[in-house]
Amino acid sequence: MGKVLMKGNEVIAEAAVHAGCKYFFGYPITPQSELVAYMARRLPEVGGLFLQAESEIAAINMVYGAAGTGVRVMTSSSSPGFSLKQEGISYLVGSELPAVICNIVRGGPGLGNIQPAQSDYFQVTKGGGHGDYNIPVLAPASLQEIVELTQDAFDIADRYRTPVILMGDGMLGQMMEPVEFREREKAIIDEKEWATTGTRGDGGPRIITSLELDAESLEQRNWKLQKKFATIKENEVRYETYQVDDADYIMVAYGTVARITMNSINQARQKGVKVGLIRPISLWPFPEKPFIETRDQVKAFISVEMSAGQMIEDVRLAVNGHAPVDFFGRTGGVVPTQEEIYDKIMTVAGGVNV
Amino acid sequence: MTMKTVFRKTNGLTDKPTHYCPGCTHGVIHRLVGEVLEEMDILEDTIGVASVGCSVLSYEYFNCDMTQAAHGRAPAVATGIKRVLPDRFVFTYQGDGDLASIGISEVIHAAARGEKITVIFVNNAIYGMTGGQMAPTTLIGQKTATTPYGRTESVQGLPIRVSEMIATLDGAAYIERVSSHDVPHIMKAKKAIRKAFETQKKGLGFSMIEVLSTCPTNWGLAPHESLDWVKDNMIPAYPLGVFKNKEGGN
Repeated sequence: MGKVLMKGNEVIAEAAVHAGCKYFFGYPITPQSELVAYMARRLPEVGGLFLQAESEIAAINMVYGAAGTGVRVMTSSSSPGFSLKQEGISYLVGSELPAVICNIVRGGPGLGNIQPAQSDYFQVTKGGGHGDYNIPVLAPASLQEIVELTQDAFDIADRYRTPVILMGDGMLGQMMEPVEFREREKAIIDEKEWATTGTRGDGGPRIITSLELDAESLEQRNWKLQKKFATIKENEVRYETYQVDDADYIMVAYGTVARITMNSINQARQKGVKVGLIRPISLWPFPEKPFIETRDQVKAFISVEMSAGQMIEDVRLAVNGHAPVDFFGRTGGVVPTQEEIYDKIMTVAGGVNV
Repeated sequence: MTMKTVFRKTNGLTDKPTHYCPGCTHGVIHRLVGEVLEEMDILEDTIGVASVGCSVLSYEYFNCDMTQAAHGRAPAVATGIKRVLPDRFVFTYQGDGDLASIGISEVIHAAARGEKITVIFVNNAIYGMTGGQMAPTTLIGQKTATTPYGRTESVQGLPIRVSEMIATLDGAAYIERVSSHDVPHIMKAKKAIRKAFETQKKGLGFSMIEVLSTCPTNWGLAPHESLDWVKDNMIPAYPLGVFKNKEGGN
């Protein structure tokens, strides 16, 4: 199969189908509605099922039910709808069920607007719903990367019995790029012996629940979950670096903003400013290693975000006081331009070699 | 002399003792559902969905695969299960706080879609597990923790008759309200529950059995007084009968 020109939201949907997802429960919301519509058309073609739920809350709970039967299942939404899904996501974590949830982020808070934003960073990386938990969050920066990360998301979900969030901004969902779908080996998953499919004489009954009335028992369950999160932290960190080896300054950006930032870096390099980029691909677990490796050599880190400054907290933790951490961000759905990021680099660089 | 078994434990329930208060009819209703699943020989093909509230632990009592759902969301969870496994039997077991309040949207839309699931809706006109607060089904004049002066129409509005409301939806195939306050009604309730699962088996659409039930603890009544309270107060407000039968007849 050669390259095809597709819209970001549709790439996510097709990639999910390639990853073996046959069930999708969703509710339309801009700017991710093409994903829902694509699934409605595509899933019946592969013997799967698309169902439009009456709300985001119902959709995530349908996902919960389907995930309990052991199939690969997905839902997607955008910020206000994603907030509504938090209840169900907490239950998926508590009951240890695998599912993929896509959030194509738009401007907030409240109804906000339908422009691209990254202002759900806290919500996706710091739990979001109630209880002690973390969820793996993957943030692609290009449509080809979506193809890879969508399958990764399903594999991680099955491997660890956890929901996984695929996060993009509205620009990623709406842009068109040529992509190629390559068939990839799917994660080898043990028979899902925990799935509730009717006992059919194979032992059981099996129970899926997140209820644990006894405090000591729930604490044990939480420590078990924490152990799992620690394993995910060990194994599932993803990031990319660009021109960091000789860098005096390191930009930190993810998603489409990272691509804009790369252009600003090239522009600054032409002026002799040694600047590089760390691009977190997994937002949780946050990649600490590239910071530890560079933080004693650089003069400053600059977090660039389409939010008022959320990822910067993780950058600060990773830098841990070894270097100053600066910030440039636009919020409310405004996409930073290459020029204004360049200006920020030059300001921080303080006229070095300019 | 040969012994004849006239009564035994149903295989539809596990051996686990239930946590229900004395005089509560959850145990009876559990048993009816368990007996029906056993008699229809579908225990191994059934996935139940437990709700939030007093029946939250029902997943420990039914002898089939069970999933515990978030507050009110059981019909959505059941939808997810049934859509993946259309040849299995899927039921929810929900109280009135769960189904008629926070979960009213999920049950209405599951019925409207004609989901081939069975909802066992236990209505005792009060929040039990949470400590006796008003439910959407609380009767006018009924005193609860959050209607200490009695429910009034002007402040809290009127109770919802869920069965009548759901029966208006075209996706609803079998809707019946029964009671658990005496033996004849319990026998009738079992027939209704069986009819609901048979409706599911035939793929006719959504089925729901509303069972009027007791809450001696939060009503502040003795068990036998509670049974009378169902008969004297609840049945007049929530008339028994079949509200929808797609097949026709009874």
